[in-house]
Amino acid sequence: MSVFAFYLFAIGAIAGGFFTVVSRQPVHSVLWLILAFISSAGLFVLLGAEFVAMLLVIVYVGAVMVLFLFVVMMLDVDFAELKAEMAKYMPLAILIGLVILMQFVMAYGAWQSNAAAETLRTQVIPTDRHNTEALGLILYDQYFLLFQLAGLILLVAMIGAIVLTLRHRTDIKRQSPVAQMMRDPAKAMELRDVKPGQGL
Amino acid sequence: MADFFTSNPLGIALLILGQILLIVIPLLVALAFLLYADRKVWAAVQLRRGPNVVGVFGLMQSFADFLKYITKEVVIPAGSDRFVFLMAPVIAFVLSMIAWAVIPFNDGWILSDVNVAVLYIFAVSSLEVYGIIMGGWASNSKYPFLGSLRSAAQMISYEVSIGLIIIGVIISTGSMNFGDIVKAQDGAYGLLNWYWLPHFPMVFLFFISALAETNRPPFDLPEAESELVAGYQVEYSSTPFLLFMIGEYVAIVLMCALVSLLFFGGWLSPIPGLPDGFLWMALKIIAVFFLFAMVKAVVPRYRYDQLMRLGWKVFLPFSLVWVVFVSFAAKFEILGGFWTRWMIGG
Amino acid sequence: MEEMLREYLPILVFLAVAIALGVILIVAAVVIAVRNPDPEKVSAYECGFNAFDDARMKFDVRFYLVSILFIIFDLEIAFLFPWAVAFKDVSMVGFWSMMVFLAVLTIGFAYEWKKGALEWE
Repeated sequence: MSVFAFYLFAIGAIAGGFFTVVSRQPVHSVLWLILAFISSAGLFVLLGAEFVAMLLVIVYVGAVMVLFLFVVMMLDVDFAELKAEMAKYMPLAILIGLVILMQFVMAYGAWQSNAAAETLRTQVIPTDRHNTEALGLILYDQYFLLFQLAGLILLVAMIGAIVLTLRHRTDIKRQSPVAQMMRDPAKAMELRDVKPGQGL
Repeated sequence: MADFFTSNPLGIALLILGQILLIVIPLLVALAFLLYADRKVWAAVQLRRGPNVVGVFGLMQSFADFLKYITKEVVIPAGSDRFVFLMAPVIAFVLSMIAWAVIPFNDGWILSDVNVAVLYIFAVSSLEVYGIIMGGWASNSKYPFLGSLRSAAQMISYEVSIGLIIIGVIISTGSMNFGDIVKAQDGAYGLLNWYWLPHFPMVFLFFISALAETNRPPFDLPEAESELVAGYQVEYSSTPFLLFMIGEYVAIVLMCALVSLLFFGGWLSPIPGLPDGFLWMALKIIAVFFLFAMVKAVVPRYRYDQLMRLGWKVFLPFSLVWVVFVSFAAKFEILGGFWTRWMIGG
Repeated sequence: MEEMLREYLPILVFLAVAIALGVILIVAAVVIAVRNPDPEKVSAYECGFNAFDDARMKFDVRFYLVSILFIIFDLEIAFLFPWAVAFKDVSMVGFWSMMVFLAVLTIGFAYEWKKGALEWE
C-alpha cells in the first residue's frame, strides 16, 4: 500500500514539476507547482515527518503560492515575446544543462555509500514521542541562535516588503475610527430653529 | 469476520469506504436541513415565512433545490479556461469535505486519528483560497475576478488570527490531536471545565474570524451583491455552483464543529453526571450554527477597509498578546494550572 | 511508523471519494441537462453591456503586500506550533527564546502599523 502511495506521490511531484516548466499559461504553471508541493508533502508523510508535511502545505501552498498567483495574475507579460527571447538563449541553456548533467554522472559514479548509513538514518527518528514535540524540544533551546536568526530574517523580510511596495495614495479619503468614536455628539450637530419663509 | 476488516487489504478498504460514507452521507443530509434552518431563521428575523411549500413546513426545500440544480444547463463562458473553470468548484468541495477526516464526533468516533490533526485542518483551510481564486480567474469576467481577489485577501488575513488562537489552546493542552483537546476539558465541574473559561475572549475572536474565513455575512464582501453581483460565483450555474455552495456550507459547519471542539468540550456533557456522547456534539454544532444564522440576519455588512482593519489591527495584536499571556500563565502556573491541562497527551 | 501511515490511509481514500463525488455531480448535470449555448449566453456577465476588454487586468499592489505579510505571520505561527506542543517540557531557555522571537516580530509589526501598511485605502 505504501509503495503504491509512494509511486502516486512521486509521479505527482515529477509531473507537477515537469508541467510547471512546460506550461504556456503562467497560472497553469503555478497550479502544477501546487500539485508538486502537495505530492512532496505526501512523500514527507510516508517518511514519517508529519509536521514537515503539514508545514509544507501551510507555508508553501497556502501562503507562498497565493503570492505567486497574485504576482502572475498581476503581471501583464507578453509571453509570446518572452518565448522568442528564450529561443535566443537556448544554446547556452543546453550547454549549462549538459555540464550539470555530467557533474551529476561523475558524482554518482564516484559515490560510495557508507555501510553504516542505513542504521544511522533509522536512529534519527525518535520513537517515544511525536516528531513535532521532539522538534520543539531542541529547536528553541539547542538551536537558540539559529532560531533567533530566523526571527531577524523575518523582520528584514517584513521591512523590505513595506519599503518596496508601500505607496501612499493622497487622492482618497481616510477614515479614523478612533476620532470617530471619540467625537462628542453634542458638538457634532447643532440645532437651529428655522422660521418659515426664512433661510439661515 | 472481524479479522477480515483488520487484516485483509480488501476488508480494510471496504471498512474505510464504509466509514467515509458514514461521515459523508449524514453530513450532506444534515447540511440540507441546516440550509433550510438558515433560511428559516433569516426569514423569521425579517417576519417572513421562508421556505414553506415543498414538503411539511417546507422541509424538503433543499432536496428540491438539489434536483433543480442538476437539471440546469452548465454554462461555460466563452474565453474562460474550461478545465480550471470546472476544477475550481470541485476543489472547493473536496477541500471542505476532507477536513472532516480528523474531526472526532465522539470518543473514538474518528476516521483518521492523526497526531497533527489541528495542523491538518489549518493546512486544508489555507488551501480553500484556491477554489475561489481559480474560479474567479478562470471565468475571465471582471466581477468574479475582483471578487476572488478580495476574497483571497480576506481569507488569508483572518487565517493568521485563527492560527494564533489555536496556538493558545494547544499551549494549554500540549497536543494537536482533537481527542486530547477534548479530554483535557473533561473534569468534575462540567461546563466550567471547558476552555471557553480560560480562553474567554478568544471564543469571540475565533467565532468572528470563522465568519470572515468562510465569507459569511457580515463579511460576505466577495459576493457583496450591490457592487460585485455574486463575486467569484457570477459565471457559475448548475452543479458547479452547487458544489461551491455545498463547499461553503460544509466549511461553515466545520467551523461550528471546531468552535465546539476547541472551546466547548466537544462531546462532553455540560452537566456533571449526565452521559457524554455524540448528541452533545451535534447539539453544540447546531447551537453555533444558529449563531451563524442569527449574525447573518441581524448584522449589517462591513466595508472592505474596515474588514482589513479589524483583522490586522485588532484581531492579530489581540490574539498575539493572548498567546503571550497564556504562555506566561501556563509556565508560571498562575491560578494553579487553570491554563494547563497536561494530564493527557503532552 | 506503520500505524501512523495506517491513520493517513483514510484521508487518501476520502480524497479520492470526494473528488469522485464532485466530478460525478458535474458530469450528471452535463448529461441530464440540455446544453444550448449561444453567443449571448456564454459571454461574460457585465451588467448587460458587452465586455469592454480582457478581464484579467492589473490590480492594486496592496494585495501583494497583504500576502507577503501573511507569509511572514504564517511562518511565525509555524514556529509557534512545535513550541506549543512541547510547552510542558520546553526549558526556560526555550521559553525565553520564543519570547525574544515574538518581541522581534512585534517590532516589525509596530513598524508596519506606523508606516500605515495595515491601512487599506
